[in-house]
Amino acid sequence: MSQAVEARAQTEESLDRRPSGRKRISDRARAERKLGWMLCAPAAFVMLLVAGWPILYAIYLSLERYDLRFPGQHTFVGIDNYATVVTSSFWWHAFWVTSFITVVSVTFELVLGMAVALLMHRTIYTRGLVRTAVLVPYGIVTVVAAYSWNYAWTPGTGYLADLLGSHAAPLTDQWTALAIIILAEVWKTTPFMALLLLAGLSLVDDSLLRAARVDGASAWQRFTKVTLPLMKPAILVALLFRTLDAFRIFDNIFILTNGAHGTESVSILDYDNLTIALNLGIGSAISVLIFIAVALIAFLFIKGFGTAAPGQEVK
Amino acid sequence: MATATAAKPKGASAASRRGTTAVVPGRQKFGWGLANFAVVAAAAVPVWWLIALSFKAPSTISDGHFIPRQWTTENYSGIFSSTEFLRPLANSIGIAAISTIVAVALAAMAAYAVARLDFPGKQLLIGASLLIAMFPPIALATPLFNAWRILGLFDTWQGLIIPYISFALPLAIYTLSAFFREIPWDLERAAQVDGATPFQAFRKVIVPLAAPGVFTTGILVFISAWNDFIFAITLTSTTRSRTVPAAIAFFTGSSQFQTPIGSIAAAAVIITIPVVILVLLFQRRIVAGLTSGAVKG
Repeated sequence: MSQAVEARAQTEESLDRRPSGRKRISDRARAERKLGWMLCAPAAFVMLLVAGWPILYAIYLSLERYDLRFPGQHTFVGIDNYATVVTSSFWWHAFWVTSFITVVSVTFELVLGMAVALLMHRTIYTRGLVRTAVLVPYGIVTVVAAYSWNYAWTPGTGYLADLLGSHAAPLTDQWTALAIIILAEVWKTTPFMALLLLAGLSLVDDSLLRAARVDGASAWQRFTKVTLPLMKPAILVALLFRTLDAFRIFDNIFILTNGAHGTESVSILDYDNLTIALNLGIGSAISVLIFIAVALIAFLFIKGFGTAAPGQEVK
Repeated sequence: MATATAAKPKGASAASRRGTTAVVPGRQKFGWGLANFAVVAAAAVPVWWLIALSFKAPSTISDGHFIPRQWTTENYSGIFSSTEFLRPLANSIGIAAISTIVAVALAAMAAYAVARLDFPGKQLLIGASLLIAMFPPIALATPLFNAWRILGLFDTWQGLIIPYISFALPLAIYTLSAFFREIPWDLERAAQVDGATPFQAFRKVIVPLAAPGVFTTGILVFISAWNDFIFAITLTSTTRSRTVPAAIAFFTGSSQFQTPIGSIAAAAVIITIPVVILVLLFQRRIVAGLTSGAVKG
């Protein structure tokens, strides 16, 4: 650098230069940082306030014996509430139901979602119509769809009820009810899965597929040996999001069976304890346990499968 | 060899982009058509069923026919003449709109910072916001219920708007930052070199480029607020602030033993209409928003 340019660069820098040996942050970089923090502050503040603080409050509430029927009397009881929940068969039954629904529905969603993603990626015409059709389940209010399924399977009223025999009431028997709940979940969220997979699909280089075809690979071989391995990150992220979402299932169960006949999920259990039993202590304990379960699932996915951790895919 | 310059039907643009120039054989067309039809039908059947139910008279509601034999609009006139539906509808529209505007405004600032500026804590913000998106809402319903009860925010518009904004922010920031990264920001400087003031450059160059992304994000946020059920039923108790999804769940029929299936179906159809219109008009943008904000390899 010539003398003149150097001199100009120096005068442009901050007047209070740090002692040599320490890294100097230029004025511009510091201003950029400050602007960055200021722009993010409102959003970060709202998220912390409304999502961060309540979870701490929930932990605090869970350590108290707090029944809203006697709002003035709440006493600290330590982990008593957790002991009550963890030793209760209601909790474990709900946990098992939730896990079952999660595993089965996510599996179906992955397979069907992949099929729909392939269709959306390669379909030759009426792309707009297919895209709209795929987005309607995504946009529709979950409760609305649940009502549609509810009335469809109600004996007499519905067009599907007769499929299982004229005296069947599928929503009142545990296994058929669970199947219907899973059907409702899969219908509602396969589009989202398909979109996440579509994003991964569009990154698969077509020239690789063509090279494979030239080498004599069949369509199935091209799919399993070229497309799938290249989509692995996308598949894992889609699985992660959907599994976390599925574990929190509430709307569909609430409308279809309200948790009756052995279809109660952990969220329904929490809701019942909170708004029906008005027991804040137990309800909060369940909330914290659900939160821990979800965090555990996320942790297992990220560490176990090597899914990109949140933040890594955003450069 | 098929000519590459032959006129191509609109749907073959995807094929031509991939470099194939052959005409699609009829058998393949049939296969794709069948697959398309299956997907469209699977998506449409439950929606049609609600429409059918909503047009059935109460006397025929239990006849199980997929297509009504008798059509009537009394379910619709019924719900539109009762505050049990009109008030929640107004609540839904107002709450979703306000949540969307505030969330998009906050997210736009944060997304701009994430996409363009470099500052420590950026990864932390993204990570934390994704964590929040994975929260089980019911876990927050309990503490929020008690907090709102104490603060007097229970059963108010603000009581719902605040959690909606907070839960919409992760999705909004993620989507907007993906959009903002695609914008060629140097155009702004080029405009200034051409003599525009900073504000003019912003208004005439950046705003039109950013508008589609902001708009799409707004749609996604609106849909998520419109859709919510858990907070709507736990944080409200009267039609003062109850939104339609929650109100439907508490509809009363002409007697306490009779669920008003027709009214519920009519209400369900009404609140689906805005979403279907949004999706019909903007499906390409919505897909772009949802997929570009997701995994990148």
